[in-house]
Amino acid sequence: MSKKDLLLGNEAVARGLWEAGCRFVSSYPGTPSTEITESVAEYAEIDAEWAPNEKVALEAALGAAIAGVRSFCGMKHVGLNVAADPLFTASYTGVNAGLVIAVADDPGMHSSQNEQDSRHYARAAKLPMLEPSDSEECRAFAKLAYTLSEEYDTPVLLRLSTRVSHSRSITALEQRGEIAVRAYEKNLRKYVMMPAMARERHVLVEERTEKLRAWAESCDVNRAEYHDTSIGVICAGINYQYAKEALGSKASYYKLGCVYPLPEQALRDFCAVCKTVYVAEDLDDCIELHCRALGLNVRGKDVLPRLGEFSQGLLRKAILGETLPARALDLPLPARPPVLCPGCPHRSLFYVLKKLGVFVSGDIGCYTLGALQPLGMMDTCVCMGASVSALHGRNKALPEQAGKAVAVIGDSTFAHSGVTGLMNIAYNRSSSVVVILDNSITGMTGHQQNPTTGRTLQGDVTAAVDLEALCSAVGVQDVRVVDPYDMQATEAALRSALAKDAPAVVISRRPCVLLKEVKPKPPLRVNAACAGCKQCMRIGCPAITITEKTEPGAASIAARSKGKAQIDVTQCIGCGVCGQMCKFGAMEQPEGGRG
Amino acid sequence: MMGETKNIMIVGVGGQGTLLASKILGAVLLAQGYDVKVSEVHGMSQRGGSVVTYVRYGEDVASPLVDTGEADVVLAFEQLEAARWLPSLKPGARLIANTQRMNPMPVITGAAEYPTGIFDALRGAGVALMVVDALSLALQAGSAKAVNVVLLGALARQMDLPEAAWQAALRKTVKSQFVELNQKAFALGYDISKG
Ligand SMILES: Cc1ncc(C[n+]2csc(CCOP(=O)(O)OP(=O)(O)O)c2C)c(N)n1
Repeated sequence: MSKKDLLLGNEAVARGLWEAGCRFVSSYPGTPSTEITESVAEYAEIDAEWAPNEKVALEAALGAAIAGVRSFCGMKHVGLNVAADPLFTASYTGVNAGLVIAVADDPGMHSSQNEQDSRHYARAAKLPMLEPSDSEECRAFAKLAYTLSEEYDTPVLLRLSTRVSHSRSITALEQRGEIAVRAYEKNLRKYVMMPAMARERHVLVEERTEKLRAWAESCDVNRAEYHDTSIGVICAGINYQYAKEALGSKASYYKLGCVYPLPEQALRDFCAVCKTVYVAEDLDDCIELHCRALGLNVRGKDVLPRLGEFSQGLLRKAILGETLPARALDLPLPARPPVLCPGCPHRSLFYVLKKLGVFVSGDIGCYTLGALQPLGMMDTCVCMGASVSALHGRNKALPEQAGKAVAVIGDSTFAHSGVTGLMNIAYNRSSSVVVILDNSITGMTGHQQNPTTGRTLQGDVTAAVDLEALCSAVGVQDVRVVDPYDMQATEAALRSALAKDAPAVVISRRPCVLLKEVKPKPPLRVNAACAGCKQCMRIGCPAITITEKTEPGAASIAARSKGKAQIDVTQCIGCGVCGQMCKFGAMEQPEGGRG
Repeated sequence: MMGETKNIMIVGVGGQGTLLASKILGAVLLAQGYDVKVSEVHGMSQRGGSVVTYVRYGEDVASPLVDTGEADVVLAFEQLEAARWLPSLKPGARLIANTQRMNPMPVITGAAEYPTGIFDALRGAGVALMVVDALSLALQAGSAKAVNVVLLGALARQMDLPEAAWQAALRKTVKSQFVELNQKAFALGYDISKG
């Protein structure tokens, strides 16, 4: 019996890369793509790394592919915006050894700031794009992508989505094929994209797309599955699985494994056989519009949403008009939004900002949760790095308010694209105050190393960016370091930085409490001094609750403690921040804790 | 025996260990020769948010999701989450719920109230409810962290799979120094749902 395992789509992509003889991987983390690169790191034959951002990652992978080894770069959808510059011109240079780029979309925005559809990039950059629908296809398509890349001299995009990346399904396991390093030959006309050469390459790019379209007509990853032909469904990726679940043999399917370029004749043939044809694609109407341009009378966005992710229930309702019976309680159910963890060093920093009443130019990471109640301390959040550059713009627009505004940015995000904004602050002289929330890890995406942590993807010790030196090197003279658990000192540092008419950086430094190296302290205890004033509740720690009030003078101890703060010992890690909030000294730190 | 696809949902609060429970369940089903799909939650909502994992198994499973009205069993790690995911349950299907209560932030800030009488309301709605005090059992096994494996034990008793398969998957999935603790936790959950 052949070997198989229950792999996450992302793990299966990694397996496919390894089987295909890939030797170099450079990526930047981003949900839902992160586990591809984490999983690749477990294969000794692949030299894998976290780059500071997606542009650097893609350029590194392209460099390796031109040098002659099969290479890979993975990212989330918005990462491709950052990497778009090399992407569009790598389409012209083509490759030497294969280059595969995985991009993971997030319909429904489980963990993203927008819901963009990466398929537009395939068309815009004129690159073939494969889209797997389960883990086995993730593995197989990763390998196929290398074959296409080398045969057609092109980078190949592998489009994933949250439910493909983060679902486990049964995957075959094959052996690694060792691929020899391809010799590099100097070739000005292919690799040096100056106008004269690029004009020649553009011709080849257009020809390549036509060749790929011909391939798409006959390849076995695009296929019709005929059952009842009264309904036809054109679909790709996870939507193929939803459609099959919803409609079974009541419909026929045209399953696209290659979503760009599209097999035009095959789609015509399918539409000729089926009575009513739906294009079941979430997000944008990329395939539907193409079908219409071919004169095919398909349905799609007239009954299916452009927003959010699909499911079998959604397709069942839209196409068959059927819904399953379901019950719900007649009780108001409070939402459960994500929160900063108990002991998170970002919490006290945001509380200090709240005290100062400043405008907060925000950024992306765990600390974005500081925007939510009860902290509520963020005014804007757009994309990675924007906190720093947008604060500069604000301070140019409203210089008189510069003393009442800060930017907040995490260590990974600062290395990704914050430092260029800081250069602009120093260079173009705005008195902007940037707070770097240095928790020694890329937290939001699940603990990845980055250039500031001093560890590689594999956890080996390496050079670490010296943030203080870097900030002064770009021209910021006022650089301070504070411990956010010490709220008094943090407040003093921020006040002084904001008072000056010069750019400043405050590094709020304290490692993420979820890191293995960080040993939790014993949980705090609430003593009899608690007055029930709820001051401690203002920091929004999930480990603190107030017990409900009852009659005063009640007999039992339990009843007398009603209306007082209570600490959940399973959650509290003893950070002591609530103790600094309490005027009555009611939060007691057991032996060995911070005061 | 493989026939129709069965749908299980594991719901709870980010950080409660629902992912490990689904991983063990997936390993058991794979070893039993089923086609299996497991859909997990990674990223943002893991930070103390409402999380859900879907496990589907049978002869040929297409979608990795369990949609409204499709679940054969919902295993809830927390009361409010049990109520939240009720619409997923098929008519007559079973809901196994932990008695633990974790206040979401809107309750902590006073913007909302934690509903009272959730279990009574569920029973009132005709739900086949099984209630488990998993935290006490986990502490009895030796660690509050074993809540997930206690609940998995309770689920295991409701499923028609050999106990040895669960033990094997447990040994394969958890770190060696925690195997004994988890076996104890699993047994406590398994026994509570006897009969
Ligand atoms: C261009 C882009 N790439 C990747 C991501 C995914 N992502 C969101 S936040 C983040 C980094 C967070 O790390 P850090 O700045 O150190 O803050 P922390 O979460 O540790 O507080 C990443 C990689 C993104 N949103 N945009």
